[in-house]
Amino acid sequence: MTIMLNGTQREVREASTLAELIAALGLEGTALVAEVSGQIVMPDAYASATLKPGDHVELVRFVGGG
Amino acid sequence: MTNDVLTIAGHSFTSRLLVGTGKFASAHVLRAALEAAGTQIVTVALRRVDVNNPQDDLLSAVDRTRYTLLPNTSGARTAEEAVRLARLARAAGCGAWIKLEVTPDPRYLLPDPIETLRAAEILVKDGFIVLPYINADPVLAKRLEEAGTATVMPLGAPIGSNRGLRTRDALQIIIEQARVPVVVDAGLGAPSHAAEAMELGADAVLVNTAIAVAGDAVAMAAAFRQAVEAGRVAYRAGLGRVLTEASASSPLTGFLDAPT
Repeated sequence: MTIMLNGTQREVREASTLAELIAALGLEGTALVAEVSGQIVMPDAYASATLKPGDHVELVRFVGGG
Repeated sequence: MTNDVLTIAGHSFTSRLLVGTGKFASAHVLRAALEAAGTQIVTVALRRVDVNNPQDDLLSAVDRTRYTLLPNTSGARTAEEAVRLARLARAAGCGAWIKLEVTPDPRYLLPDPIETLRAAEILVKDGFIVLPYINADPVLAKRLEEAGTATVMPLGAPIGSNRGLRTRDALQIIIEQARVPVVVDAGLGAPSHAAEAMELGADAVLVNTAIAVAGDAVAMAAAFRQAVEAGRVAYRAGLGRVLTEASASSPLTGFLDAPT
């Protein structure tokens, strides 16, 4: 199925979870914040957050800024 | 000066120099510059993870136990975007501090006063510690203070311009009227600018570009630290009066050849 990840289309397995997506990106255990279709998902809910086709996933983190 | 602490939203700080973390050449230089600045509050921005280069992680360079992290809402053009960014930043687990900035115009990056006030009202109700970046507008500063912001952060000059205190007269009015700390933010390009802001009575300053792009960022961070401390001591000491004509510092009597 297709989701939008940080503004770009991405293919993921049907019914995959946010935890699986984050692991596939090599981002497990890093400090980031996840939002799925406008709703913030806290880390303890990554494994239970099942993605749906067309979901907009945003993964953000702190960068240098003034 | 040991009892001269800066208090923001009930939190006490001995340093009055806030440092931004953008534009540094490396994480190593950033870490050393924060140390040299003696800062206790550092700003960060929130951006999408680059999924093609996911290991680039700034926070590994910043000791979150030593510094209060002040995430900004840079990139927001409306109150709604700023509120969304603030909630994402809070979800990162570094506290509820937020430097509110709403800058719809990319050329001068001047803050939108109406959207900033709207966002501040929402965020204060939502429990955030709000430090709004504003133009040097004394009326807006009071409106934000009444809305419950923890500080006001008027600009000296446009972000990253290094032009100094172009808003000096309005800053003086803001400082005179404010009952929350005034943090002069943006445009401070030299330690002398920071010292001048502190001499005016600003409670703190925020510096990023002038340190990050200096020939030696770590040495410049130390220079800003000294300037902020000197300006603060001078303010507390009370500056001498300004005159148009001379006022002799040596006695005007008892000259050698004068008739008695």
